[in-house]
Amino acid sequence: MKITLDSEKCQGHGRCYALAPDLFDSDDEGYALLLAADGVVPEGMEEAATLAADNCPEYAITVEA
Amino acid sequence: MTDLKPAPAPDWATEFDHTSDAYAAVAPQVWEELRGTCPVAHSEAHGGVWLPTRHEDIAAIAHDTEHFSSEGVIVNVFKPEGLAPMGYAPPITSDPPFHADARRLLLPAFGPKAIASLEEGARASCQELIDELLADLGPDGDVVDVARAYAQHIPVRVIADMLGLPKEDGDRFRLFIHRIIEKPGEYSGTLAPEDTLLYYLTTHLTRRRNEPPQDDLIGFLLSTEVDGQPLTNEHIFGTIALLIIAGIDTTWSAIGASLWHLAQHPEDRRRLVDDPAVLPFAIEEFLRFYAPVTMARIAATDTEIGGCPVAKRDWVMLPFPAANRDPEAFEQADEFVIDRQRNRHVAFGLGIHRCLGSNLARLELTVAVDEWMKRVPDFELASDDPSTVRWSTGQVRGPRELPIRILRTEDAR
Repeated sequence: MKITLDSEKCQGHGRCYALAPDLFDSDDEGYALLLAADGVVPEGMEEAATLAADNCPEYAITVEA
Repeated sequence: MTDLKPAPAPDWATEFDHTSDAYAAVAPQVWEELRGTCPVAHSEAHGGVWLPTRHEDIAAIAHDTEHFSSEGVIVNVFKPEGLAPMGYAPPITSDPPFHADARRLLLPAFGPKAIASLEEGARASCQELIDELLADLGPDGDVVDVARAYAQHIPVRVIADMLGLPKEDGDRFRLFIHRIIEKPGEYSGTLAPEDTLLYYLTTHLTRRRNEPPQDDLIGFLLSTEVDGQPLTNEHIFGTIALLIIAGIDTTWSAIGASLWHLAQHPEDRRRLVDDPAVLPFAIEEFLRFYAPVTMARIAATDTEIGGCPVAKRDWVMLPFPAANRDPEAFEQADEFVIDRQRNRHVAFGLGIHRCLGSNLARLELTVAVDEWMKRVPDFELASDDPSTVRWSTGQVRGPRELPIRILRTEDAR
């Protein structure tokens, strides 16, 4: 599964790093940082990745199976 | 007037007044009706105001800072003019490019890591309030107004502490908020100067400037610099006013509405007790279904909303709670689903003005519901008569009087 974060769209709602803390962290200002730098979701984290995408109010996260 | 017969329902598409009790009592039904019949409604109230109710239109306006200015965010017949780009309460009233620096200053203090450190204090505060209200019930009492005895106190204590203002001033803060948000314009020119927020803050800031610096948000704003320059007095004053006004009755409303829901839904109370892992999802669903805040903008140019022409300087409301119930954006939009997995709700707005205090509001709501359910797992509305629950008027919606009957309590641990 591939995952992307569009940092231009991120407004720091903080849903992704709350729901998928192994995939996302926040910077000091609350904007999201994608931890899977190569854009590949590690095995077993697909559900968390989908949850993060499905709860972003800005549609800033996309996942592709 | 002693006529208690209800007035005929207004034609919501043309006669809505969001500061009226009639609108406050049934606002979600108004939004639903309008979304089907007149998705961009207009009323002559408050000098004329637009009310879009579709998620798509509300999101488009929130993201469009070119055509919609934040110079005014509380719909009021006195329309701010000539204050852009800072506005009277930066950064909420600021437009680009001023907005970015004014917001960046504050983000770290309201970021997830800084806010997480407040959890212990917030929990202790909730526990203390519950202990007090249960003790005040007396041996036979079982009815308490949770909006007044519980929900309203939680955000006051936290924000007063962050700012470095005395929490005993909570009653005054709530009075300022009532005048500014619930009944905008109504008190204009009728107040003694020393009863105003302006006087309160001016006095406080003058004193703080003469005292040694303190490690709180007011101390930070007094000492910080942007591009090597200290903040102007207007900026400091406006930001502190914003933090007092925006952080209190919003969260009070969300806590109250959540308890109002739980009082009427034993199955959701049971789920929270039996399955604590559902709490974070429940909190987001409370925020979606009972989002308290409607923002506003002033059209910066002649423009349009969903094909509807809007003139430069017109007021436009952004009812985020209406967007949250749009079936085009949410599955089962009109149902409260306690473990909803896909929830892109916009309770905290969208775009560059996303609520600065969203992490704090979430923490307070989570802790308030969690601590309440641990001590009072069963409760119901004290009366079947819906008029015993009073909803606030204006752009922040939540129960201001909420009498409930306590059915069962658990001992404090």
